[in-house]
Amino acid sequence: MEATTSNGKFKVIGTRPIRHDGIDKVIGRAKYGADYAFPGMLFGKVLRSPHAHARIKSIKTDKALKLPGVKAVVTAADLPEAANRLEQAGEMAINPHYLSMNILARDKVLYDGHAIAAVAATSPHIAEEALKLIEVDYEVLEPAMTVDAAMKPGAPILLPDLRNREEGDKQTNVAQHYQFKRGDVEAGFRAADYVVEREFNTAMVHQGYIEPHNAVGIYNADGQATIYCSTQGAFDVRSLSAQVLGVPVGKIKVVPAEIGGGFGGKTTIYLEPLSVLLSKKTGHPVKLVMTRSEVLRASGPTSGSKIKVKMGATRDGKIVAAQVWMAYEAGAFPGSPVGAGAMTILAPYTIENLQIDAYDVVVNRPKTAAYRAPGASNAAMASETVIDELAEKCGIDPLDLRIQNGVKEGSPQVVGPPFRRIGFIETCEAIKNSDHYKSPLSGPYRGRGVASGFWFNAGMQSSATVNIHTDGTASVVTGSPDIGGSRASMAMITAEVLGLPVTDVRPLVADTDSIGHTDVTGGSRVTFATGMAVYEAAQDAARQLRERAAKVWEVKPEDVELHDGVLSLKEKAEGKAPMTIKEMATKLARTGGPIIGRASVNARGVGPAFATTCVDVEVDPDTGKVQILRCTIAQDVGKAIHPSYVEGQMQGGTAQGIGWGLNEEYFYDQKGILRNTGLLDYRMPTCLDLPLIETILVEVPNPGHPLGVRGVGEVSIVPPPAALANAIYRAVGVRMTETPMSPPRLLKAILKKRAAEETQSAAAD
Amino acid sequence: MAIAVIPALLRKFTDGKERITARGRNVRELIADLDRQFPGIAQHLLEGDDLKPSVAVSVDGEIGPGGAMEPVGDESEVHFLPAIGGGVEK
Repeated sequence: MEATTSNGKFKVIGTRPIRHDGIDKVIGRAKYGADYAFPGMLFGKVLRSPHAHARIKSIKTDKALKLPGVKAVVTAADLPEAANRLEQAGEMAINPHYLSMNILARDKVLYDGHAIAAVAATSPHIAEEALKLIEVDYEVLEPAMTVDAAMKPGAPILLPDLRNREEGDKQTNVAQHYQFKRGDVEAGFRAADYVVEREFNTAMVHQGYIEPHNAVGIYNADGQATIYCSTQGAFDVRSLSAQVLGVPVGKIKVVPAEIGGGFGGKTTIYLEPLSVLLSKKTGHPVKLVMTRSEVLRASGPTSGSKIKVKMGATRDGKIVAAQVWMAYEAGAFPGSPVGAGAMTILAPYTIENLQIDAYDVVVNRPKTAAYRAPGASNAAMASETVIDELAEKCGIDPLDLRIQNGVKEGSPQVVGPPFRRIGFIETCEAIKNSDHYKSPLSGPYRGRGVASGFWFNAGMQSSATVNIHTDGTASVVTGSPDIGGSRASMAMITAEVLGLPVTDVRPLVADTDSIGHTDVTGGSRVTFATGMAVYEAAQDAARQLRERAAKVWEVKPEDVELHDGVLSLKEKAEGKAPMTIKEMATKLARTGGPIIGRASVNARGVGPAFATTCVDVEVDPDTGKVQILRCTIAQDVGKAIHPSYVEGQMQGGTAQGIGWGLNEEYFYDQKGILRNTGLLDYRMPTCLDLPLIETILVEVPNPGHPLGVRGVGEVSIVPPPAALANAIYRAVGVRMTETPMSPPRLLKAILKKRAAEETQSAAAD
Repeated sequence: MAIAVIPALLRKFTDGKERITARGRNVRELIADLDRQFPGIAQHLLEGDDLKPSVAVSVDGEIGPGGAMEPVGDESEVHFLPAIGGGVEK
């Protein structure tokens, strides 16, 4: 794999230093959430629903409380009612009312695994035993497990008070309807020479982070609480926990631990308020850690979906109309990423006539959470396979069709505003010119597919401080938990601005009391927005260094420059030799005291991301198993600060997209009970399933960022399922419209095609 | 005067019109002017004196972090978009 980036005018940015936190992680010294321990600490466990849908008639905790070692039991009766309003938390809006109902069920349980009560005891085993002594009397109800089941007339209603704008006062499972319209869709289809219409179903999948959710809560007698946990957003944990517990935000401090993966799934809360509640009741620190089964049953996966796409093109390959209907499983409470799905599904293309209708539907499954480009992979599975089919009908190379219709600067987005400088076409051209695409693929049951994807990326709020130490080294402090190498990037930006070696800059992730508000690590926003704050904080430190040197030299600050870590006068003067930052640092006390550069941003200038993926597969026609032979992704990454970590993001997202496309699914039985609650049965790809994923970094700098940065963390997960479907079609001639395209599902499609061919052949004879 | 682009599902309040000329130095004033022209539309965009949490605004192609306080120029194009995710119990 060859890096195509160069650092051009930069000294540090664009290079590949070893990550500052690497050694601690390699030798096991890094502290993850479950590693925290405190004197007198108790252990918590959560009682979860064995039913997909049931009314709770009563809960009795007396027997559990009598078990020796048990110190407290909490139920929903211990929680106040939280506000019924939407709040933005990362890429997903969250309603604290529903969030609280998810943390502890009220009068109904709404999915298998829904939390009902929590116990604190002197050991995890005693806590587990105590769960068995809690008596819950249920009235079991019929579940609605899919959007089809939940949307049909007479469907079981999950939330009796849920209403939407269009159905008036009628009880419903449809929480929201979004619509986007442009031009005249009917006229567009009339002008089309070819029309393709398909219906798709995608399965609910989980982010699959290795580290389960965890929290240690410590409630002090003075009313202050501290939470140690694995999270993508310490400030979000603080504000959401405060709302669920009914306490002021300032009463809670959150210390973010190292994080063993999140991918969007750790942008909300589950155990955190329970740890505080149990600590308050017992007077001890309380630790809760989910098992893998709990993670799969009761944390937030992403939506399964049903999507219908109709698209028309003229003979020469111009896409003239598109119509989309899509419904996403929100889980037990409103808030699927269907709005994002609707805004991404046609985003790579300029289509004059379009209509998209999107529905957010509650079902008896765990409440969905964000997952890497939420909602976009399902959407692209549908639209990008239809695009492929149109290209085939038009007799045009699928990449050329994308280039012909692709968006560029000034093209309108689905939601209306025009794109600024973007690099979609460049990603298609990069794949077209790649060694992979130019290499012939031969052999039976082999096929090549391509697909593209879009993600908005986010800006939001970030804070940073840059401290100049007395030896001329620096530390950079942010509030962004590091889930993809962002510490290294923050240190590199600081080093670049100050002209220091990157090893002289120490990056830190602070708790909520030690840095200004910083939104969640999500939306591919950290290197963009926190990087912008770091850039400005480093500039602030540089400005102060110039002022101090001016004081030493008794000149005006504007006469001093800082270049490559050396302060000097713009015009040489006798007796005023240039000083390194290290030399200047020894004079800080005499020139005004310590230097702290600081900045906070609510970042503008977000640059969206596009990616195009090419994959070669070989299908076993007797089993339906898909072997990936080669896979290449080209992504517009803006300016790559640390190319290795950018490549890592591209490879990681692609691997997850492959898992989503080929194997992963939540498998519920007839009663709505999850049957694959471990990683042996929930089949994520391993290194044995994947080739080396080749990466092409397309660097189209984002004009909205001082360093050209655009988010890189998410878009790579969008194209793989569709690229695989297109490759499978070329390998065995079947158009797959369901994910995962697992062996049984693909084999069934192959056998159906074979039977149809045999029937046709017999009829011809 | 700025151009306000109305989301598809709110066009029933604007006689089906997608693009409406409106006046305002910021998004809040622009919505007030829209509401003068098409009474009732403001309640679908504003909650108190800010945008509804389910609504985002783009001014001249930039999602405005200022919400209802986002400045609007004489020739700005303002789009109202759904914020991602959501759901509120009535």
